[in-house]
Amino acid sequence: MSDATEAPTHTGRQIPDRLQNPLTRALQSWEALLLVVAVAIFIANSMASPYFLDPWNLSDATFNFTEKAMIAFAMALLIISGEIDLSVGAIIALASTAMGLAMQAGAGTPVLVLVGLATGLLCGAFNGLLVARFGLPSIVVTIGTMSLFRGISYIVLGDSAFTGYPSGFAWFGQGYVFWVITVELVIFTIAAIIFGILLHRTNFGRMVYAIGNNATAARFSGIRVERIKFTLFLLTGLMSGIAAICLTSRLGSTRPSIAAGFELEVVTIVVLGGVSILGGSGSIPGVVIAALVMGLVTFGLGLLNVPGIVMSIIMGLLLIGVIALPRLWSMARRR
Amino acid sequence: MQADTKKPVLSLRGIVKTFPGVRALDGVQLDLYPGQVTALIGENGAGKSTIVKTLTGIYQPDEGQIFVDGAETRFPTAQAAGQAGVTAIHQETVLFDELTVAENIFIGHAPKGRFGLIDRKAMKARAREILNSIDADLDPGVKLADLGIASKHLVAIARALSIDARVVIMDEPTAALSHKEIAELYELVEKLKAQGKAILFISHKFDEIFRIADRWTVFRDGQFVGEGMMDGTTEADLVRLMVGRSVDQIYPKRPAQIGAPVLTVSGYSHPTEFEDITFTLHQGEILGFYGLVGAGRSEVMQALFGITQPSKGATRIGDDVRVLRSTSQAVDAGIVYVPEDRGRQGVVKGLPIFENVTLPSLSQTSRNGFLKLANEFALARDYTQRLDLRAASLDQDVGLLSGGNQQKVVIAKWLATKPRVIILDEPTKGIDIGSKAAVHDFMSELAAEGLAVIMVSSEIPEVLGMADRVIVMREGRIAAEFAGDQMTPENLVRAAVGIEGATA
Repeated sequence: MSDATEAPTHTGRQIPDRLQNPLTRALQSWEALLLVVAVAIFIANSMASPYFLDPWNLSDATFNFTEKAMIAFAMALLIISGEIDLSVGAIIALASTAMGLAMQAGAGTPVLVLVGLATGLLCGAFNGLLVARFGLPSIVVTIGTMSLFRGISYIVLGDSAFTGYPSGFAWFGQGYVFWVITVELVIFTIAAIIFGILLHRTNFGRMVYAIGNNATAARFSGIRVERIKFTLFLLTGLMSGIAAICLTSRLGSTRPSIAAGFELEVVTIVVLGGVSILGGSGSIPGVVIAALVMGLVTFGLGLLNVPGIVMSIIMGLLLIGVIALPRLWSMARRR
Repeated sequence: MQADTKKPVLSLRGIVKTFPGVRALDGVQLDLYPGQVTALIGENGAGKSTIVKTLTGIYQPDEGQIFVDGAETRFPTAQAAGQAGVTAIHQETVLFDELTVAENIFIGHAPKGRFGLIDRKAMKARAREILNSIDADLDPGVKLADLGIASKHLVAIARALSIDARVVIMDEPTAALSHKEIAELYELVEKLKAQGKAILFISHKFDEIFRIADRWTVFRDGQFVGEGMMDGTTEADLVRLMVGRSVDQIYPKRPAQIGAPVLTVSGYSHPTEFEDITFTLHQGEILGFYGLVGAGRSEVMQALFGITQPSKGATRIGDDVRVLRSTSQAVDAGIVYVPEDRGRQGVVKGLPIFENVTLPSLSQTSRNGFLKLANEFALARDYTQRLDLRAASLDQDVGLLSGGNQQKVVIAKWLATKPRVIILDEPTKGIDIGSKAAVHDFMSELAAEGLAVIMVSSEIPEVLGMADRVIVMREGRIAAEFAGDQMTPENLVRAAVGIEGATA
């Protein structure tokens, strides 16, 4: 990467490519700090509970974050571009409902998967159309579609539920690929790699950052801003569809209240992972670590029999604390 | 009331003010004398607006002293400057449209009646008194929003008088005024002088300066370069001080071989912004677009670049006749645009320099959509060095660069796409003189290499110095076109404002 030693082709003064070693930068990054937090929680958990280090328990614990994190990867790109999608939980509900209807019509596992993916994509396309084509603010649009998508589920299901999914369908949410490695964990890992490459190693990812930092200047640089934003909503819808398949498969049933509140937990993971809520910065490794932190905290507190309400209080405090820390630090330093 | 005109009422000594990447003021001095008009002269980026903000308490100098009547003081807030009797009338006057004339005049120091409430009757009466003293025929009860810009200036001046100002700063006060209004302003300045006010007059227009100023002070690149009395000073003397070299060297225009037409625009129209724009641009040519602010020049250029859609008309690029519907289509067709609003439309602050440069060229530096950083650095290095960019590293956030260097990054970004037509919208507005020369130099070089250049500029010397041909726009239409000997300041200005004496 460093070919700064090459002879200058012009007479201007030589500007070095980089001043800071990438390794130094990585060590000073948010991700590094978050990793330390994750390790600390891991150690604390293993000391607090004798059951924590059991491989099967840890494997179970991954369900706390895998489905949410899948969406969080796509959401991270969306938030970096300066948009947001609050309808992801509702997309899961609608996709799950659609799969339930397909199941009642006698569809097999492959068709159910296709229905789940297609519903996610359609919902994402709807959001994307409203935001990218008509220029509406995404926070308003997706608060609207959040009610819309879940409302359809409620109309279809009312108080009832879809149950009796085919046994092959259970593989996605209950299956193991190898020993304690779940199918969901594999999907999570593959999604992390794909989204990591997409954001950090492709032209597309570079444009996402450019749009998030200054959408006007990005447009003035010949970037098709609307097209990229539309694609990001599509991707978020698709990942919500995949999460819907996993969650429905794991629960073995569909209720209209499925994945309620997912959107906030997904956004929490993304922001905890160091993605600026204002757009323009953040990374996939950060989101991965944040997902692990979320999972570890929830699981550790669960082992200690901490009630769910207290757990959500602790998660909220963790989020605010972690977000406020850098700002407090820089304020203290400026004095 | 007759003040001593020998001793300055306000003096600045050794004022230093730095911003990240720029030394805006570097040890400047300034003296303002009662009953005299001091013209502050300097190019864009010389530090004029910074000194105004220092005088009005908006900026705190890093170093240096401020003396009022010989006693050292400080202006930690705008209020403190106001209490010391310093007031400013800005280019875009900072007044409140929704308040009345009287309220605007007395905001912050309204006469109080019982219980500390504002005494509206007294306020109105005193407002009328002050307005009368400057022969301003305005109703103190009328809302400011209902007044024209010239009347707003009068209100601003009345406000200055109401706080018993001793120093009045006029920052480009004539920029938006008609000839008649300017004449009225001159009379007003004479009245203020007669009242013993010290006036700091900032203007780009030499005729104005010679008309009303008693003294001059010249800044260049944030430094004080000289001061003196207007008597016995010539325009050429001031220009030499302003630019630091003789005039004919400023514009490095090289004779270029003007070739075949590259871009033909025919009948471009927009419902509100412009009408029937038709012109042809040739290879190797620098085509100037001159006009008053708001004449529609930028709007035409942004339509050519695919930002907005024209309602009528077409462009012909080579053999291809079409309307460009998006910026990416324009870039593909070889038309690029360096915007006037650099910070908002030009650079992506938050991204490093090299990523800004390669943004429109990613398909060129990448392989199958995957980034190749080595290629990006190579491309960025190549073009930024050609423009003599001053930066710590290519990995540095572009937002940390000075305006001039940001402009170089924007130009480098577009040159890397190997365009056929480059549109530069006010390319040297607000950038330091060193960068300015580099941009001019480079523009010349590009034209000599066969690129077709459109330069939108409101600075007549720049237009005359750089362009082969000038199109003057007025109110959304092409008013005139000049080339060769016809390119004179008088012709340009006449065409830009319409007939002599018309309201701009």
